Amino acid sequence: MTHGWAGHILRVDLSRGKATKEPLRLDWAEEYIGGRGLAARYLYEEMDPSADALGPDNKLIMATGPLTGTNASCGSRYMVVTKGPLTGAITTSNSGGHWGPELKFAGYDMVIVEGRADRPCYLLVDDDRVEIRDASGVWGKVVSETEDAIRDETGMPGLRVAGIGPAGENLVRFACIVNDKHRAAGRSGVGAVMGSKNLKAIAVRGNQGVRVARPVDYMSAIWSYHEHLAESPGRQGLTELGTAPTVDLVNTFGGLPTRNFTAGQFEGTEAINGDSIKENWLIANKACFACNIACGRVTQVSPNADQYMVNMHPRNWKVAGEGPEYENLWSLGADCGVDDMDAIVMANYLCNDLGMDPISMGATLAAAMEMYERGLLSDEQTGMALRFGDGKALVAMTEATGFREGFGDELAEGSKRMTEKFEHPEYFMGVKGQEFPAYDPRGFQGMGVAYATCNRGACHLRAWTPGIETSGEHDPHATEGKSVWVAEEQNRTTAHDATGICMFTTAGAPLDDLIPVLSAATGVDYTMDDFVHIGERIWNIERLWNLKAGLTAADDTLPKRLMEEAHKEGPSAGVTVDLDAMLPDYYAARGWTADGRPTTEKLMELGLA
Amino acid sequence: MAKSLQIIPEKCTGCMQCELACSWVQTGMFQPSRSLIRVNIFDEQASYAPYTCFQCDEAWCMTACPVNAISIDSDTGAKVVGDANCVGCGLCTIACPFGTVFYNPDTQKAFKCDLCDGNPACAVACPTGAIEYTESESADWLGGWAEKVNASYLQSIEGGNAA
Repeated sequence: MTHGWAGHILRVDLSRGKATKEPLRLDWAEEYIGGRGLAARYLYEEMDPSADALGPDNKLIMATGPLTGTNASCGSRYMVVTKGPLTGAITTSNSGGHWGPELKFAGYDMVIVEGRADRPCYLLVDDDRVEIRDASGVWGKVVSETEDAIRDETGMPGLRVAGIGPAGENLVRFACIVNDKHRAAGRSGVGAVMGSKNLKAIAVRGNQGVRVARPVDYMSAIWSYHEHLAESPGRQGLTELGTAPTVDLVNTFGGLPTRNFTAGQFEGTEAINGDSIKENWLIANKACFACNIACGRVTQVSPNADQYMVNMHPRNWKVAGEGPEYENLWSLGADCGVDDMDAIVMANYLCNDLGMDPISMGATLAAAMEMYERGLLSDEQTGMALRFGDGKALVAMTEATGFREGFGDELAEGSKRMTEKFEHPEYFMGVKGQEFPAYDPRGFQGMGVAYATCNRGACHLRAWTPGIETSGEHDPHATEGKSVWVAEEQNRTTAHDATGICMFTTAGAPLDDLIPVLSAATGVDYTMDDFVHIGERIWNIERLWNLKAGLTAADDTLPKRLMEEAHKEGPSAGVTVDLDAMLPDYYAARGWTADGRPTTEKLMELGLA
Repeated sequence: MAKSLQIIPEKCTGCMQCELACSWVQTGMFQPSRSLIRVNIFDEQASYAPYTCFQCDEAWCMTACPVNAISIDSDTGAKVVGDANCVGCGLCTIACPFGTVFYNPDTQKAFKCDLCDGNPACAVACPTGAIEYTESESADWLGGWAEKVNASYLQSIEGGNAA
């Protein structure tokens, strides 16, 4: 009998139409904890990293952690691990909601999807009953309707559904897998991988329970963890205003990338910050499973939004859905120069329902807008004026991208491919093919090395430096100490991602609180050192996977704009990113060679050689 | 005045900590399918409503039970299923007008909220104060709301008749 872990995986071969239940490799589970780590271990073992991300040889893993499904606050997460069509790298996309816990309750730690179905299908998992079902009734539907339709069709209102919208079906390279209608494994195009397999959704109902190994120790560890979380101002801020107040914080430091990173401050922040959402758009806050924070924003649009009406909505738009979060406020807002919240809320809701990553959507459009404004894209090419600040263009292009209509077909390729096709790759703002999220590394120098070295392409969730760079602990513009901190933080967050607990708990409860919870749940005595060591092991196995996929140290870089063009105004004026100073330190801190390869000694230390 | 569970749906965020806490008490596991409190989620209205047994004064589950397996706890007033007597016929689950008496396929017996002997785990676990165990005139926390809805409903009918 396993504790924490359910003890089984579900393997689904869509080419053969077969689903099998296998025992979990418990030796790997101990060494990689779960979620992101355990899935990476399976992917490393089972898949040729050079395979086509959108071909049948790519594998799609959806993995929970040992604390997913427990009452440990924010134990709602699952991780989608696969080869990203946007990046060609291993991708690790995380989502909350209720789907991950339901998979645990059905008795599985993860699902591994292989091959490709010859026609659209969806997977129904009802404890041990697993069916690959015909999806002709739901193919083409948006995310929210897909969930409702599958519940209706099966007569199972308790189903939790993770699936794709039209964007995933149309292989938009930044399509998401969305569960519970509004929670997304958002980045790197995991939804396109699902779409390429002709898999519309995985619907799960579970009636079993998650056990813990040492109940008394576990509950006492939980009490202290939950108490710290309840008392912390960081947690309280997330509950009251969600992630949106970051708009003001980041803008103050000149690190809010504006109009495709041509400025570091946005003049329209008052319209798109946390207070604005709370006063004008918020209906209620909403929690994921077992979440004591409830940062989710349920919002509605105002009558002013009528001007942004789009073609696809047969539904009632009174409640727009969830969000926007900080990242989307930035990508659909500041990065496109848009300060009309109704346009942003609308575009954000379209992203949710079409199943697309709003970060890459906004950022790709921002690159196109810059090219249009510079006369490098014509009206004939784009079909409409793409000016910064134009909310109508934002909403129209978001819809067009999900359906790959008109110029949306170009945007659907992501900004790296789009800018290359139109011969101006210098306007792509990202790393390894993935668009930057909402922090300008010229405002926060540490984000430069964090972005450049992240295994899944540009990402803010692997080492979030603005915390230490705005606290007075580190000079935001200096390079000293950043590489070492980033390497260490990447290890911590990576192990955290393996547990099944949401990253946002670290805003309130110290990581030390989590270790005894994890140990008592699994029965494996982890120390903080073990935990960080596991994070390092996972980081390195992801790196090895990427090297096999053909990525090199040359991919650990940033766009020229960030390294050569400084902002002219604001607190970050005159600063460029000195990656050359930070990258060698980073490789050294990792115990890698000067060309970014893990040394044999390092791999032996981590049990990887 | 007796203590009863008071539920304030406006404070609920839909996090399910109550279901987890309850299932822990029932089974020693985290197993929401065995929870005796259930959170109803009305996503389109951004509304979440936990509900469980009201411990009715006139308890139909008790009346329906053919073997007198349901008794009243003298300390808490909770209607409690006695496992020794319960034969698992399920009549109580049908009799309950609120759907808060359940059949447990693992034990093949009925099970329902017993107020955890006076310290309900759901109320302890709720992070937002949406479930409280307090002294009150009545356990009927839905009464006021129902009265309001009924009044406006009746008015709309009467108004309709008048017109």
